[in-house]
Amino acid sequence: MADLVCEDLSMTFTNPQTGAVVEALKDINFTLKKGELLSVLGPSGCGKTTLLNVIAGFLKATSGRVTLGGETITAPGVERGMVFQQGALFEWLPVSRNVDFGLRMKGSDPKESAALVEKWLEIVGLQGFGDTPTYQLSGGMQQRVALARCLINDPEVILMDEPLGALDALTREKMQSLVLELWKETGKTIMIITHSVEEALLLGERLFVMAPRPGRVHREYRLPFAERGLEESLREIKHDPYFSEMREEILTMIWDMEEEIMGRV
Amino acid sequence: MFEWLSDNRASIAAVLILVALGTLIWSIVVGRRQARLRANDEVFGDPVRTRGGWYWSVTGVSALFLVWSYYSWGVARAFFPDAANEMCQIAKLEEAISPIKAALPIGSRYYKSTLLASRNAAQLQELKEQLAAETAFSGAEKVTLAALITDVRALIANSSDPKNLSPETRDKLADITAKLKELAATLRAGPPAGLSPSAEALAQPKWGTTYTEIPMLPITARGMLFDAASGRAAEIASEFNKIRNNNPANDALIADIKTRIAALKKTNKSGEFDEKTRAEREGFVKAVERIFKRLDDGLIFPAAALRDVDAAIADLGAAEQDAKGGLRVAEALFFPGPGIVKSRTQCTEQGSARWLPKPTDVVAKFGQLANPDVENGGGYRGFPLLWWDWLPVSNIVAFFVPDWIADIWPGEYATHGPDGTITPNFKDKLLAIARGDVSLGSIPMLSGHIWDSLFRVLVALGLGIFLGVPLGLFMGVSRFFKSFFDPLIELYRPVPPLAWAPLILTIFGIQDDGKIFLLFMVAFAIMVISARTGASGVQLSKIRASHSLGASDRQIMWHVIFPNALPEILTGIRISVGVCWGTLVAAEMLAGTTGVGFVENIARTVSDYELIWVTILIMGVLGLVFDLMMRWIIKKTIPWRGMG
Ligand SMILES: Nc1ncnc2c1ncn2[C@@H]1O[C@H](COP(=O)(O)OP(=O)(O)O)[C@@H](O)[C@H]1O
Ligand SMILES: [Mg+2]
Repeated sequence: MADLVCEDLSMTFTNPQTGAVVEALKDINFTLKKGELLSVLGPSGCGKTTLLNVIAGFLKATSGRVTLGGETITAPGVERGMVFQQGALFEWLPVSRNVDFGLRMKGSDPKESAALVEKWLEIVGLQGFGDTPTYQLSGGMQQRVALARCLINDPEVILMDEPLGALDALTREKMQSLVLELWKETGKTIMIITHSVEEALLLGERLFVMAPRPGRVHREYRLPFAERGLEESLREIKHDPYFSEMREEILTMIWDMEEEIMGRV
Repeated sequence: MFEWLSDNRASIAAVLILVALGTLIWSIVVGRRQARLRANDEVFGDPVRTRGGWYWSVTGVSALFLVWSYYSWGVARAFFPDAANEMCQIAKLEEAISPIKAALPIGSRYYKSTLLASRNAAQLQELKEQLAAETAFSGAEKVTLAALITDVRALIANSSDPKNLSPETRDKLADITAKLKELAATLRAGPPAGLSPSAEALAQPKWGTTYTEIPMLPITARGMLFDAASGRAAEIASEFNKIRNNNPANDALIADIKTRIAALKKTNKSGEFDEKTRAEREGFVKAVERIFKRLDDGLIFPAAALRDVDAAIADLGAAEQDAKGGLRVAEALFFPGPGIVKSRTQCTEQGSARWLPKPTDVVAKFGQLANPDVENGGGYRGFPLLWWDWLPVSNIVAFFVPDWIADIWPGEYATHGPDGTITPNFKDKLLAIARGDVSLGSIPMLSGHIWDSLFRVLVALGLGIFLGVPLGLFMGVSRFFKSFFDPLIELYRPVPPLAWAPLILTIFGIQDDGKIFLLFMVAFAIMVISARTGASGVQLSKIRASHSLGASDRQIMWHVIFPNALPEILTGIRISVGVCWGTLVAAEMLAGTTGVGFVENIARTVSDYELIWVTILIMGVLGLVFDLMMRWIIKKTIPWRGMG
């Protein structure tokens, strides 16, 4: 039972110069069961990245705790894979060396690693690109490498911070399908942050809409679209009346939040 | 082969100059034709317009070569190989008559007599005015002194008056005039028929092939004429120098003044004056006596008496120009600058030709330096420019293995036994190796001035990289390292490296150690700063990704931070190489016995301009090679630069 549990998680930042205090997260409580797909949506600055960084172990929460399979998270670890918006690839290494980075750090057998790299490159659709320098890849391909690099370590949870934010619409749709595919095939717990409502609906079995100041989970949904996305084409789902209804509801919600922020400022 | 090339460098230059001239004209023609062809296709500001155009490069290079050849007198030597020898003979004549000219307006605007008369009269006037305010003398004495000054002044007047000129002096001056006229006539008559240069003259080395720039003995008929004239002129000049204007009017006056000055001196010494007064009195009398002594030499002549000599010298000058004939044109066209001057035992080129060596001479000098056969005039100061040599392995071992290795080895060093012999134990043998006393065979190794310079730069750079990069990387990621070492480095780094040189060279010696340490300081600071900049510029997301991929801190340092900093590190190395090279040359100029900078410094002290230029060119080429190499390495090792 490797569930991801957040208990009363709070995070405040204090500006060392002005002394101003920002409540980036306040009393976050949720349980993410193994194999669940969660998307997190919210206006800019509501603490999405902070939440992800705390779960990843890059930041230490001010209070509360996060546990994975019962163990409290205190530092980054291989069981929680990260995918960043810009890939964060090692541009001095070719694709295959990027993908097997984690294995090399572990000191795995090179032959086994090579087979694994082949396998994962094929899964993410990059077979034959093993020797290509990463700077020669397009943005979408770079994100595929980042996914493969993360998955090859066999993490229990995959954390993604706006992984598709910098891609063009067409590439983005393909990558969304890929994420769903990987979710189905690997059965991993995935937490994905996005600023696109459509993406959040498509890639969320569960969906958190967060609100700012203090950063908190405003609404929580359970959605059927991710399940359906495994069979149907994503474009068809987008034309579904229920999908449109949900989109309108959430968009209005975020608009209201944004307006509230603007009004307060 | 090299000898032959060296001896015939003037002819080689002639061919090269003609080729360069042809190339220049040809490239201009091609360039103009190309420009006309393309004028229609291109608009102003179109970057494509700057592509190609190699013909203009050819124009530039050949023009530069021609200008260089012209101002270095390379053209002159190529096409008028005997002209300098003739000009040298004329310079000899000029030197011979220069003492006469110096006394005349033709050489120095005023007659020397005029200058003497006016200067001494002015000084006497000054003394007279000073006397009025003088307190060290009594009123009666002041009257005596004023009379004395007036009489000294009278000497000038007497000498300047033509009526006082003694018949003897007049005759002597007339004699000089006649002899000068005779000399002018000889010159005008031209070289006598059947004159041939001496065997010794013909055997002289050619112009520029030895350290003595220009052959001294005349090798042409015209040259022999001038050479002979210069001998005669020297005799005339020495006669002229002996002439004095001693006239009867002055003789009596001079004797009288002498006794009066002696009397004054005696009074001063009598002891009735206090220290200060006496010093003042003696000072004043000495000032008068100094002027008097200058005047009793009889060096002032009436202006009218010298007029004939002046005219004769002018006439001699005109005759000189006549006798030069065609040489005058060559001199005006192909010898830019003040021409040739004879001083002491040499004829030297003056003006641009002096400091700008001829292209062929530079090549010849380089060939001589590059010749590794040190015994036969190759290399510089018994050391080749760049060659190889057998290096004992024990020297290398001794360099890297410190003596204390043997000291800390357990046991004692051997002592001499009862029979006075020593049996070395292991500890002794270890010491011998650490000292380089054990023969371990030899390996071939580069040697020479260039290698010494390179070696210093490479070792210092290697140390700088080896120690500076790790420190810089740690400073880029650790607050402790950054804050602890930053002040230490910033303390010495802003000081110009050469400002450290005197100190470092004193501490570490003027041999390799000092220079390597100096360069190490330079390279170290640059490497630390660039590695640090590179390390602190790593994207946080990359570090976080590596953490999540299970990398330890050490692995992140080696696998992420170091490669990420590599572009900065390589740029740092490139900068270090340049700065080290610059500093090294200057340091070698300060002290040392080998190296390119050392060669240039010695060249400077002996005014060997060819050598100076050769070393400048060597340094330029080596600097360029270093930089090209670094650029190539950077391109090959970090192709991702600017793409991440
Ligand atoms: N290191 C930090 N120091 C101070 N304030 C921070 C820091 N990181 C984030 N914040 C603040 O916390 C809030 C949440 O930030 P973030 O989690 O990045 O928002 P999101 O990712 O949802 O756009 C913002 O108001 C931001 O200004
Ligand atoms: Mg964010």
